[in-house]
Amino acid sequence: MANRTIQRSAGETAFQLCNNLFMALMVAITLYPFVYVVFSSISDSRLLLSHTGVLLAPLGFTLEAYTMVFKNPNILTGYLNTLILVVVGTALNLFMTSLGAYVLSRKGIAWTKPIMLMIVFTMFFSGGMIPMYLLVNNWLHLGDTLLALIIPGLISTWNLIILRTSFGTIPESLIESARIDGAQDFSILFRIVIPLSLPVMAVMVLFYGVGHWNSWFGAMIYLRDRELFPLQLILREILIQNNTSYMSGNASIEDVEAIGESIKYATIVIATLPILFVYPFLQKYFVKGVMIGSIKE
Amino acid sequence: MKSLALDYRRNKYLYYMIFPVILYYLIFHYVPMYGAIIAFKNYRIADGFLNSPWVGFEHFTSFFQSYYFWRLIKNTLLLNLYMLIFSFPAPIVFALLINEIVVQRFKRVVQTVTYLPHFISMIVVCGMITQFLSRDGFITDILVFLGMERQVLLAHPEYFRTVYIVSDIWQGIGWGSIVYLAAITGINPELYEASRIDGASRWKQTLHITLPGILPIIIILFILKVGHMLDVGFEKIILLYNPNTYVTADMISTFVYRKGLQGSFEFSYATAVGLFQAAVNFLLLIAANRISRKVSENSLW
Repeated sequence: MANRTIQRSAGETAFQLCNNLFMALMVAITLYPFVYVVFSSISDSRLLLSHTGVLLAPLGFTLEAYTMVFKNPNILTGYLNTLILVVVGTALNLFMTSLGAYVLSRKGIAWTKPIMLMIVFTMFFSGGMIPMYLLVNNWLHLGDTLLALIIPGLISTWNLIILRTSFGTIPESLIESARIDGAQDFSILFRIVIPLSLPVMAVMVLFYGVGHWNSWFGAMIYLRDRELFPLQLILREILIQNNTSYMSGNASIEDVEAIGESIKYATIVIATLPILFVYPFLQKYFVKGVMIGSIKE
Repeated sequence: MKSLALDYRRNKYLYYMIFPVILYYLIFHYVPMYGAIIAFKNYRIADGFLNSPWVGFEHFTSFFQSYYFWRLIKNTLLLNLYMLIFSFPAPIVFALLINEIVVQRFKRVVQTVTYLPHFISMIVVCGMITQFLSRDGFITDILVFLGMERQVLLAHPEYFRTVYIVSDIWQGIGWGSIVYLAAITGINPELYEASRIDGASRWKQTLHITLPGILPIIIILFILKVGHMLDVGFEKIILLYNPNTYVTADMISTFVYRKGLQGSFEFSYATAVGLFQAAVNFLLLIAANRISRKVSENSLW
């Protein structure tokens, strides 16, 4: 008996070792691309161009690429537009989603079931991209406004369900007693239900906020005016359409290519930094949010 | 009717609160569904949505008969098949492995780090992919070192699916594992204790307790995945493909985008293709749900 225990734990120790090594490798594979980007962005662009293979440290040190990116007026207006989208968009998302989630989490109301069905159905069937485009652009005339990027996505059904489930866990007696004290549903929602659901609200902020920060497709199809372009659309020009030459200023023709590379890496850093910055603060909450979302009713 | 009036008097604020929500769903989900009838018309902006002439199934038949039809079906289904084989199980295996980490701090580090790529924008991820896979990108350098010929992977249609799937796993493996880890946490610890007393190894425990324990959630997510078989990866593909790689990279959804919103603005034709896609998706979802309910007693509804 004792012998068998020892043998088993020997096999398991080997597994533990391999597993830990594998996990360390996963961490490295996940992080290294970002490390490479950071190293490249502060490297001397001509040294970078002649370098092959992985980078273990920056090649030289210069912030030239960053100054060029920040001199690009598009980046700054893009940043500003994205900020507006994130703040205004997320606030409206939270308001609307909370309203829906609160009403649908109330028990004993006959019509919640059909409404829920109507809402959930939209997760599985949609009219498609073109009718949506025509609705927003041609019928509601929201084209070329930032509203076109906010209003069509006011509620994410997935988030609504997460929030509803969370609101549903608040004891009914608490709400009833508030009602007896004369509180109306609006104040019950904003004074009792939301304050008691702060962790999930934080998850909503993260999901909606990151969604706005990262979104680009709507902007691409609805916006013509460059002054309204969010950051991601500017990034697309730089990173995907390879349009960096207008930023390299007075650089000689040979240098333009080299600088172009550095500019791309610096742009990636600048566009990703804010997310990396808020991520650690919200990280502990979102696991909880996803867990709530995974519970089947 | 009388009870509704009574209910309204008692809960009138709830009615006020749900009203904007219903309005939102009607306008931004149900109006486009109704608007999809332009698939059966020749939509002209000047005529408007109601006055454009009906053409029946003309757009559908011309799509079915077009040269692109089978290519799009093949590309879409193949990419999805690969995703079901590789991308779908990856987070499950990963969650099981994370669950085996003993040192809690290390476990948290692994989780925190691997969730991260999920929050990076698609543009940045695709920018990184194109950078790293360019002629002198560092991944290309590594592949050359491993014996591959120097080339731009994204310029060759035969590599498109591999690039797509590998980067998809990189982006999603950590995030995807959260749900499974949550499900693992929910398994009754007594089951493990009992099995240990019976002499089950960790491997046997994983096989006979953990896996069956998370099977319901696996099945639910699988059904959802099948239900969206035809429309995944749309943004990423638009950012990564180019006319050289259309042969393998063009999907139904990207075709809808190009036909409808890029260049020619063939609204009705593109809507018809999109509607075909939505209908097939919906049928796949219903089929997957029904099969699952028969086989495993797990289902979405």
